[in-house]
Amino acid sequence: MPDTGTNHYIPMWLLAELTYACPLQCPYCSNPLQLPASRKHELSTEEWLRVMREARKLGAVQLGFSGGEPLVRRDLEELIVAADKMGFYCNLITSAIGLTTDKISLFKAAGIKHIQISFQGSNKETNALFGGTDSFQHKQAMARYVIDQGIPLGLNFVLHRRNLHQITEFLQMAEDLGAEFVELANTQYYAWALHNRDQLLPSSAQLEEAEAATNRFRDQHQGNMKVLFVAPDYYEKRPKKCSNGWGTTFITVTPEGDVLPCQSAKVIDGLEFPNVRDASLQDIWRHADLFNGFRGTHWMQEPCASCPEKEIDLGGCRCQAFMLTGNAYATDPVCELSPEHHLIKKAIAAAKQDEMAEDRIVPLLFRNPSNAKKLAS
Amino acid sequence: MFDISSDQFQLNPNYRLQYEDAQECHVLLYPEGLVKLSETAVAILTRCTSPTNGIDVIAGLQRTYPDAESLPADVMEFLIDAQSQSWIVAVED
Repeated sequence: MPDTGTNHYIPMWLLAELTYACPLQCPYCSNPLQLPASRKHELSTEEWLRVMREARKLGAVQLGFSGGEPLVRRDLEELIVAADKMGFYCNLITSAIGLTTDKISLFKAAGIKHIQISFQGSNKETNALFGGTDSFQHKQAMARYVIDQGIPLGLNFVLHRRNLHQITEFLQMAEDLGAEFVELANTQYYAWALHNRDQLLPSSAQLEEAEAATNRFRDQHQGNMKVLFVAPDYYEKRPKKCSNGWGTTFITVTPEGDVLPCQSAKVIDGLEFPNVRDASLQDIWRHADLFNGFRGTHWMQEPCASCPEKEIDLGGCRCQAFMLTGNAYATDPVCELSPEHHLIKKAIAAAKQDEMAEDRIVPLLFRNPSNAKKLAS
Repeated sequence: MFDISSDQFQLNPNYRLQYEDAQECHVLLYPEGLVKLSETAVAILTRCTSPTNGIDVIAGLQRTYPDAESLPADVMEFLIDAQSQSWIVAVED
């Protein structure tokens, strides 16, 4: 395996997944299917401080505190204070459950620069249905307070077949609240979402209507709110690059210290995952087989290897290639040129069939310890 | 929208302007993103870290770069763009 030890890549973005614990039960969660039995193996405060220092040394500037639900960590404020002093731009990615006005004020003083709050539905009922918690009014109240405090607010609305029609209602709410950014993030089919794919994947007609609704809203509203619509890649002709290119821009550290090029990489069997308890972040970023194994194009098989577009999408997502074909070196099946592209067509057809089958409603599998145990056995 | 020439403005307090060794340049950091800054951009934005206005920024730069003929127009163009991207924001009284 080539060692690109002198590579010029800078991990601009550090995603700190502080914990996998979460009060929500979203059936499209991107966290691993296995829920840790306890939190006792999570990195300590001291270990996170070391990770953050090492990331800064590598040139990381953006820091996302994420999870699970990062508010579960009691040392969050301490980590924000330290990260801000180190020169990070601190983003908090939260469901707002566990957030209070006092905490928002504390985080602001600590140096948080941007808070993103996720919504699971555009009204009380659907938000409760898909998130597994009755939290709609609380989320709105917290969003308002974030704005009152002068902290940039982003809202993240996770979309799927059962709430895509709510886009206009959601955008209206976001505008009324005064959000600066809205991410309309269609579910991508990893982890829990892959298990629930038949029940969540929208049709192309639904997606087109959702995107049209987004554009209508943009046309009718001249405000400053930036709206980003992220389509599910199953309807694309070419695959998406892994996190701007595997091991080029993003570095993710999991609650127990594994270092990954993206949030999902642990789904790939047969790879060795380096851990911050065994090596420095610099050593891992520059020399670990995990990072160098899929950097660039040297690892590609056909049809990617001789494809004139290989530098554009870098063969697509390695996790998706592995999950759908069993081969992490394969072309991402989303690509029309993939010999396995029929798998995507089949998934779309299965979802359509699920939607049509009125007599057989398959319940969503929610992310909780009991379902995680069922999946493990 | 504030008047760039005369109203008081400053660098967006929610953004960070800093030099990055790894990138060997100044960057401006904002929610979930960053932009690498040219030396000209740095010269202008470092004058906006405390409340100022367009006239003062230009006057200050003219003292440092007395031979730059198109300086006032270039700086105004930059500040208009910076305003539209919320890099600079009005200072409330």
